[in-house]
Amino acid sequence: MKSPLQYRILPLGDHALCIELGEIIDASINQQCIALFHQLKELAIPFIKDIIPAYASVTVVYDVAAIRKEHPSAYGFMKEKLEAMLLRIDTDQPLSHRKIEIPVCYDLSLGIDLQEMSQEKNIAVEEIIRIHTNKTYRVFMIGFLPGFAYMGSVDESIITARRAQPRTTVAAGSVGIAGEQTGIYPLDSPGGWNIIGQTPLKLFDAKRKQPVLLEAGDEIQFVAIDINEFNNYNLG
Amino acid sequence: MSIQVIKQGIADSIQDNGRYGCQHLGINPNGVMDPVAAAAANLLVGNDLNEAVIEMHFPASVFLFKEQSMIAICGADLLAMINDVFVPVNTPIIIEKNCVLQFKKPLSGARAYLAVKGGFELQPWLGSFSTNTKAAAGGFEGRNLKKHDELNFRTVQKYGTALKNKDCEILNWKASVKNFYPASPVIRITRGSEFDWLTEDAKKRLQSDSFIISNQSDRMGYRMKGDALIIQNENQLISTGITKGTIQLLPDGQFIILMADHQTTGGYPKIAHVISADIPALAQMNAGEKIQFKLIEQQEAEDLLFEQQQQLLQLQNAISFPLLKFKQQYAID
Repeated sequence: MKSPLQYRILPLGDHALCIELGEIIDASINQQCIALFHQLKELAIPFIKDIIPAYASVTVVYDVAAIRKEHPSAYGFMKEKLEAMLLRIDTDQPLSHRKIEIPVCYDLSLGIDLQEMSQEKNIAVEEIIRIHTNKTYRVFMIGFLPGFAYMGSVDESIITARRAQPRTTVAAGSVGIAGEQTGIYPLDSPGGWNIIGQTPLKLFDAKRKQPVLLEAGDEIQFVAIDINEFNNYNLG
Repeated sequence: MSIQVIKQGIADSIQDNGRYGCQHLGINPNGVMDPVAAAAANLLVGNDLNEAVIEMHFPASVFLFKEQSMIAICGADLLAMINDVFVPVNTPIIIEKNCVLQFKKPLSGARAYLAVKGGFELQPWLGSFSTNTKAAAGGFEGRNLKKHDELNFRTVQKYGTALKNKDCEILNWKASVKNFYPASPVIRITRGSEFDWLTEDAKKRLQSDSFIISNQSDRMGYRMKGDALIIQNENQLISTGITKGTIQLLPDGQFIILMADHQTTGGYPKIAHVISADIPALAQMNAGEKIQFKLIEQQEAEDLLFEQQQQLLQLQNAISFPLLKFKQQYAID
């Protein structure tokens, strides 16, 4: 017998609610959130406008006016409906997740914070690169920008706090570290993460049918490429 | 069959009721800041209330109409003028081809909406016409409108004798929108999940102090200025989904109200939420204006939103009669 899912439902304003499965960053709680997200999506529940999985929660945005045509409380209706579904949902089911390799050029011209990190931590640049590419990362969630993947967790030795002064522009494709998380900027954007390299892949492209490359639950392996491979990547 | 921007406004964009279903990809909804004004403009010309409109700020774009068109302007009153005639807000107008629409002075409100009958011919992106400037997608080429842009109408419009040989004709039906906007600067809120993190004093002050909309406010969010609100909880939050109206408390004790271009996730304490029914009123307030907040219950917030939707439907019904009469009188489809 599986144990019942532990959760609480909280209103998020008057048109959304949050199903909270935990309060910490934890791969197994996150796995439950992603399973819940996929199953809710599959059920295609009427009146739901958006489902947003995060580290340890799933937020549901719903159409208040449409529900209120038939029910006295949209929040009450949605909460009850979700509670009934949560009883049946099996979030422990192993999910087939995608394994994705992401080429990253860690050249100092692109990994503009590598040298500073190296000095601060007294770890050679080559060693930081080895450590960053030595394990796979889980995409915990997508947020902040279209297609920005929050991945973790990096090895303890390269955990680095956000920069005190965020940059006004970080180039699209930049790979960064913030605390124990690693991430990739999908677009040119202001940002405070420590930049250690850049991928030639387009994490976001509005013209693609699937504009966003990564999804919550993906398993990511960074692969180091040199500057020539980086420069030629999108030519062939 | 188009209008052309002959002078660029500061931040005018194409918006509809927003792009939903993509927030799990980090793609925010965008959409009109004031959904009531946009809906009213659409209803006045007989459009679906979700049709894409042009959202304008002052100074607004100047438009050249290359074809006859029925239009309506709602929301902020920016003193609209067609050639040398002042025209009112909240009422439909027929404009003659080769006439110029411009906006002379901000009289009230912050955002005006221009609807044209039949809507604009645009490509939707992920199911919506709203402009996402960050993703450079949706709306008109994924950006704010600029000089020389030409927006095609989706349908041909001919108004024959209805124009009476004038540059424009103001039609005889109106949208009364006063009820949608409270006269006093009170914005109603509901409790956020971290409301109880506030000290008792901060809870009181959130509901009694006046807060000023700072000039760092935009379509993403309104940054409010006031005496810092203090929280008594040292817990670190992890990022969760956030939504329009969410009030996030920043580390310096100031807060930000998330608006149409909000991010999809955030990790700051959510102390409260502006109710959906008061988003239109908030969207029409300018930097420098003062706001007081009133805490209400979740159910009341829902009731108010539902009531607002019902009022929009009533408006749609009320307009359908004169609109039909007008079409019959001038033999317009």
